[in-house]
Parts: sequence; C-alpha cells; structure tokens
Amino acid sequence: MTRRIAVAGASMGGLRAAEQLRSAGWEEDIVVLGQESHPPYNRPPLSKELLAAPGSAAEALAAVTLRQRRTATGIDWRLGAPVTRADLSARTLTLATGEELAYDGLVIATGLRPARVEVPGPRHGRHVIRTIDDTLGLHRELCPGTRVVVVGAGFIGCEAAATATSLGCQVTLVEGGSGPMERPLGRRLSDGVRRFLAEKGVHCVSGRRVVEFLSETGDGYDAGSHLRCAGVRLSDGTEVPADVVIEAVGSKPNTEWLAGNGLDLADGVLCDESMRVIGARGALPSVVAVGDVARYPDQRTGTGARRVEHWATPADTAKIAAPALVAGLNGEAVPEPAAPLPSFWTDIFKIRIQGVGSPALAERIEVLEGDPDRPAAGAALGYYRDGRLIGAVTCALPADKQLHYRKLVTDAGVAARLAAV
Amino acid sequence: MRTIDVDRSLCDNHGQCAIAAPEVFRMNTDGVLEYEPTFDDALLDEVEEAIDVCPVQAIFLKD
Ligand SMILES: Cc1cc2nc3c(=O)[nH]c(=O)nc-3n(C[C@H](O)[C@H](O)[C@H](O)COP(=O)(O)OP(=O)(O)OC[C@H]3O[C@@H](n4cnc5c(N)ncnc54)[C@H](O)[C@@H]3O)c2cc1C
Ligand code: SF4
Repeated sequence: MTRRIAVAGASMGGLRAAEQLRSAGWEEDIVVLGQESHPPYNRPPLSKELLAAPGSAAEALAAVTLRQRRTATGIDWRLGAPVTRADLSARTLTLATGEELAYDGLVIATGLRPARVEVPGPRHGRHVIRTIDDTLGLHRELCPGTRVVVVGAGFIGCEAAATATSLGCQVTLVEGGSGPMERPLGRRLSDGVRRFLAEKGVHCVSGRRVVEFLSETGDGYDAGSHLRCAGVRLSDGTEVPADVVIEAVGSKPNTEWLAGNGLDLADGVLCDESMRVIGARGALPSVVAVGDVARYPDQRTGTGARRVEHWATPADTAKIAAPALVAGLNGEAVPEPAAPLPSFWTDIFKIRIQGVGSPALAERIEVLEGDPDRPAAGAALGYYRDGRLIGAVTCALPADKQLHYRKLVTDAGVAARLAAV
Repeated sequence: MRTIDVDRSLCDNHGQCAIAAPEVFRMNTDGVLEYEPTFDDALLDEVEEAIDVCPVQAIFLKD
C-alpha cells in the first residue's frame, strides 16, 4: 500500500518540506493541510512593500505567492483545512471538518500567530500583521493624517511604523520594555535605530508600556462592546489618541493541536538536531518539525534549543527534516544534520539591516565598521560569546560587505563541534 | 547547460543567491549582483537552492 506523509501547515515551511521530501526521494503520497485558504505566500512584504501598496486582493496575492519547485509534483494541497487534533500513537489527524486522516509520517509546520496585548479595552480598531488578509485590512485604514499607535518595537513593529509613516500617517511607536529591535541588535545599535526612526518622523516612546486601550467615548472601557479603540493609556498615565492601533508584541506557536501526545510544547515543538520531534522516549522516527514552530538545538552557539523566527528558517530546517523523516520511515540511518547559520534582514525607510548568526546571544558587541549611532550612514557590528564571533549585523551596507562579515562568522566555527574535538 | 534569468526590476541585491551558488552569482564591490546566465547541469542543485533563498523570487530557471 502507498504510504502517506501529512504536512500540517501550508506556508513556507510546509511548502519547503514538501519540496524537500521529493528531493529526498519520497515518491509516495504527500498531503499538505493548511488553515489559510491561500496557497503558500511570502510574509516579509506584509509589513513592508505590500502594506504600502497592495493593489487589489488578487494583485496582492499574486505578488507574494511562493513559486514552487518543478520537481514538487503530485502534492495534494488541502487549503482551508485546519488540523484540530493529532494522535501520534494511532498516526491520525483530525481536521476541523471532523474528517480523520491516517498518515505514516508527519511534518509539523504550523508556525506562529501574533501574541496580543492583554490589557482591558475595546478590540475593534486593533490590528496585527501575520496574514495577507491582515495586511489588506490594515492598509485600508492607513491614510495621510491617520493617527497610528504601534505597540512593540521588534522587527514587525518597526517596519509597520516606518511603512505607516511613509504613507503619511502620524505614528507613535510604544517600545515597551526594550528599544527598537534591541534583542537582536543590542543596545547601542538599537539607540541608533531609534534616532533614525525619530529623524524620519516616528514618535518613539521608551520605557513605558500600554496598560489600557481607550474607548471612543473616553469614559472607561467596555471589553464586550463594539466600541472602537480610540487610543492607549501608558504606564505613566499618559494617553495617546489613535485612529488605528497595530499590535506587534511577538508571537505564539500554533501547537494546541498537538496536545496530549507527551511532547515538550513549552515553546514550540522540541526537536533534535535532525528536526525529529522528541517524544517521551526520545526522538520519534516518523515526526519532524520545520520553520518558526520548531525548537531545535543551536549547534553553532551550543546554548541549547530555541526557535528561530526568520525567513531563512523554513528552508534551512526543511532540508534537514525531510531526509531525516524519509530515512526514519524507511528504517534507515538518519544523515548527519547540517548546522544552519541563521540569517535575517529588515528594511526600514529604505535602509536594510542584515544579520547572521545569533547576535541576540552575545555577551560582548564590537563595532567592526562605521558608526552605530548613525546607522543610515553604514555600520557593521560583531557579536561575541565565549570570545568567539557568533553573529554580525550590517546596516545600510552593500551586500558584498554582508557576505564578508558572514564569512567571518562561518569561519569562527560551530561550538558543538569545537567542543567535541 | 542550463539558463537562468534574473528579473532586475525585482532583484533587490540581497546577496542570498551568492551564498547558495557562488559559482553562478556574485555581488560586486558596489553590492550589485553579477551572474552567469548559463551554467553547467552539475550546478543545478545549487541554483535551485539560490532560487529558493532569493527573498524576492527574482531568479527564473528557463525551460
Ligand atoms: C509581517 C512579517 C514580516 C516578516 N519579515 C521578515 C523579514 O523581513 N525577514 C525575515 O528574516 N523574516 C521575516 N518574517 C518571518 C518569516 O516570514 C517567518 O519566519 C516565516 O513565515 C515562517 O514560516 P513558517 O511556514 O514556519 O510559519 P508560518 O508562516 O507562520 O506558517 C504556518 C502556517 O500554518 C497554518 N496553520 C496554523 N495552525 C494550523 C493547523 N492547526 N492546521 C493547519 N494549518 C495550520 C497557518 O495558518 C500558517 O499558514 C516576517 C514575518 C511576518 C509575519
Ligand atoms: S538573492 Fe535575489 S534579490 Fe538578492 S541578489 Fe540574488 S537575485 Fe537579487
């Protein structure tokens, strides 16, 4: 009988997994189950170009739909079919329709959803950015003069603030506990980015949190009502009025459907170096995870398992997971896994910040070139841990510079392997 | 031999292709992409990889 690999999640991770399964020689069935009704599409433009100018819904989707490898044939795409439950011992999935689907191998690629700002106040008029529908809905509300409050200053918050400003909105960025992109970039460069955002017209509010969403009437809030959110109250009591609020305060892994199977779902799905999911008695031969939802050992820094929420992760992890799953299903030895080098980029007001490695784990940061206080004029920083270069970030530098610094990080080696010799 | 085409109106000089397939793609000292439009079949895997990692999907494999 033909065997079946089920892929849960039909975004970039699900697509790259399906492609890599074919490349790894899997000729039997592949079925991909996706919650969204759209085919896999590219998310980075959702807070950048597409938010600025999406065109019609059809044009927007065409602009971001991911091209599929020509070798990825015979894949059964079931879109708009979320998985609600998995029974890993019986090897069955339950879909929202109630249908049960048996599988031999499973790929977990259900990604993340935005976390929300959990404070009292009306819901209406508050946006998040994760799907193309989010972007289309938000774009319609961003007009010249619109007062926008962005909550959270990570990549998506900073990008949304920049895009809204470029559309003529008056934007306040409520940073919360840490500065613009401070976790990946470090304090000094983050301060430089804040200065740059301010020069471009973004009003940055540091060191204060949102404690309440204000309602239209201005006299208190009513969480259950249809009242529209009219602004935010900050931890020091200040009120910032707003026509539109964008929440960009991080994300939550979509793992509820995996509950009850004895997996470690503390933060995404725990995997080994080969992306095989760890069960109660060790790595499972028939279940792998890819993309943003996977928590896997960081071999390069040797600092334990973590999730890597970058665009390059779905492709990097699918290349490791697919051959491991095929080997597991065929009872063969799992190939030696690569140690992927994480990388990310962000574009704000036409400057590009690119990073490689794990700058967020640095103990010490050094300026390699330029001036981080003026990031738009070009700068590069090195991030060190245990005296070893584990990451590099370039700002507004040409790509060949980025390749140069990337090589320095690669040459610094893989901690897990350095320790082994 | 195989042929590729990079749509220059899409290419944003990210440089990811030059990491995946350095024999075919390289970034010059101005940070601008240079590439070989034709390449040996043996490099197909690498080029497919470059196509995957281009954030703006600017690289097209012809026939
Ligand atoms: C606005 C935005 C901008 C970004 N910009 C950048 C950038 O500039 N640079 C960068 O490096 N990275 C960026 N990223 C990150 C990058 O897009 C992600 O790392 C990437 O999308 C991860 O892909 P994934 O397939 O693992 O997860 P996702 O894209 O989250 O896909 C998971 C899919 O699974 C589906 N799903 C969830 N639960 C179920 C279920 N139970 N059953 C079936 N399907 C389910 C979801 O609907 C979704 O379609 C950005 C992300 C966003 C949202
Ligand atoms: S990866 Fe894409 S955008 Fe970047 S240089 Fe290559 S073709 Fe251009």
